Amino acid sequence: MIGLLLCLPAALILGLGFVWPVLLLARISFNRTTDMGAMEQAWTLDTYAKIVTDDFTWDLAWNTVTLSAGCAAAAVALALPVTLLIRSADPRWRGLLALLAVAPLLVSGTARVVGWMAILGDQGMINALLTGLGIASDPVRLINNLTGVRIGLTESLMPYCCLVLIAGLSRLDSRLEEAAATLGATRSRTFLRVTLPLAAPALLAAFLLAFVLGVSAFVTPRLMGGGRVFVVATEIFDMALETVDWPAAAALAMLLLGALVLAMVLRGVTAGREAPR
Amino acid sequence: MKPGWFLRLAAFCGYSLLLAPALLVLVISFSAGDFLNFPPPGFSLRWYAALIDNGQLMAALRNSALLALGVAAIALAAGLPAAYAIARLDFPGRGALAGFLAAPLLLPTLVLGLALLLALQPMRLAATWPGLMLAHAMVAVPFAVRIMTTAFGGVPKDLEEAAWTLGATRFRAALRVTLPLAAPGAIAAGALCFLVSFDETVISLFLVGPRLSTLPVEMFRYAENRTDPLVAALAMTLIGVALAVVLLVERLVGFRRAVGRN
Repeated sequence: MIGLLLCLPAALILGLGFVWPVLLLARISFNRTTDMGAMEQAWTLDTYAKIVTDDFTWDLAWNTVTLSAGCAAAAVALALPVTLLIRSADPRWRGLLALLAVAPLLVSGTARVVGWMAILGDQGMINALLTGLGIASDPVRLINNLTGVRIGLTESLMPYCCLVLIAGLSRLDSRLEEAAATLGATRSRTFLRVTLPLAAPALLAAFLLAFVLGVSAFVTPRLMGGGRVFVVATEIFDMALETVDWPAAAALAMLLLGALVLAMVLRGVTAGREAPR
Repeated sequence: MKPGWFLRLAAFCGYSLLLAPALLVLVISFSAGDFLNFPPPGFSLRWYAALIDNGQLMAALRNSALLALGVAAIALAAGLPAAYAIARLDFPGRGALAGFLAAPLLLPTLVLGLALLLALQPMRLAATWPGLMLAHAMVAVPFAVRIMTTAFGGVPKDLEEAAWTLGATRFRAALRVTLPLAAPGAIAAGALCFLVSFDETVISLFLVGPRLSTLPVEMFRYAENRTDPLVAALAMTLIGVALAVVLLVERLVGFRRAVGRN
């Protein structure tokens, strides 16, 4: 009994700041928006119907899914060599290397976008290099478009992938790779036939985490896209604060939540299948 | 096995991508130029001076610092007893409660921000201190509970039982024996809650107003509309605060002890 009492303050904060708002969000998604743009109390699926039958929603969903899947895959592919290097590094350097790999988590997303502006902008580092070397005469547009969002999102997902892979690969027995090398396998063959299959569950877990985070990312798509790249998250934000259509924002947010729950269930199913091994 | 050249090269690419943005922010914040161009035409402290002269941004910095301090205090005060109960006591629904207290971390901050806007706006609590405190405390509490549960779990139960045997009440034993031993965890939890609130952008974007705004929100808006090195100086301020807090924790308790592992 005393245990419940001790948890009461924390539960109260979550009740007021989490449960109640999320329930209200679900409730408001069943309200109706009048032609004047005002919200009308109702129990209707009109808002959902409007969203689901709108082709723009499906474009958004497709953009969001392909963008996050691509960036998640790239993030995993780049995080893997980083993690493998950490794993094979001298123990003296291992801690520092691991810290550097996850340090970006301490830097707010907006601050990192500012850094990307200085790298990818028309007068940024890469364009200065390209024009300086005479490769390009005009600046290449690398930001305020989908390219910028792809680069920024990949980078912002990488530290999470590193976290998952560092944990996942630490349990991987390096003697198996040494045995393969002793038996005459080349480096690439050892990697493809031994390391990669052993790392597959961790790679999948990292990909799914990055995908889920990418689907709901807002700051990077908004800022790196310069307001020209539209994903589900930016659309929810605009519906809530620009057009102030609360039922639509709530319904789209509920659909996003539903999709994320589905992704997590799928992750649970795949993880469950691998557990017995 | 020694890493081959290909692995080294690929890892170098990965690290460059991870670290380049923060390094560029550092360099550009000292730029003497008017734009976010690289290489900068010269170096100066003019944008840090401009930052200090900017009343709106300084007010936002003060708000963010106060908010983060308040949130860290609230999250610790609420999270500490809950974590003690979860780590030490056996009661019906303990597992479910532990899951519930971690639940906000499962939802995207965008959805949480929207939900809080819909809940707080009609009550005129959006863009107020209580509203922002509640919103940030809600995201910070799960971190406080998680870290403190580990910290309490790391304190040997025998010590508390010895105190009981010596006649201490349960409350006194928890307060005088277990809590001081878990203090490094509490410091780390407080620091993390401070940073979670200080860096929180998306939820705040839904909840701020013209009269009450936070530093990350002001930085977001600035980056959305203008591109001069002032925003880099601003970003460095946030990075600097995060680094200072991390180094403080490291000096006070050390990371290993703070996280409760040896």
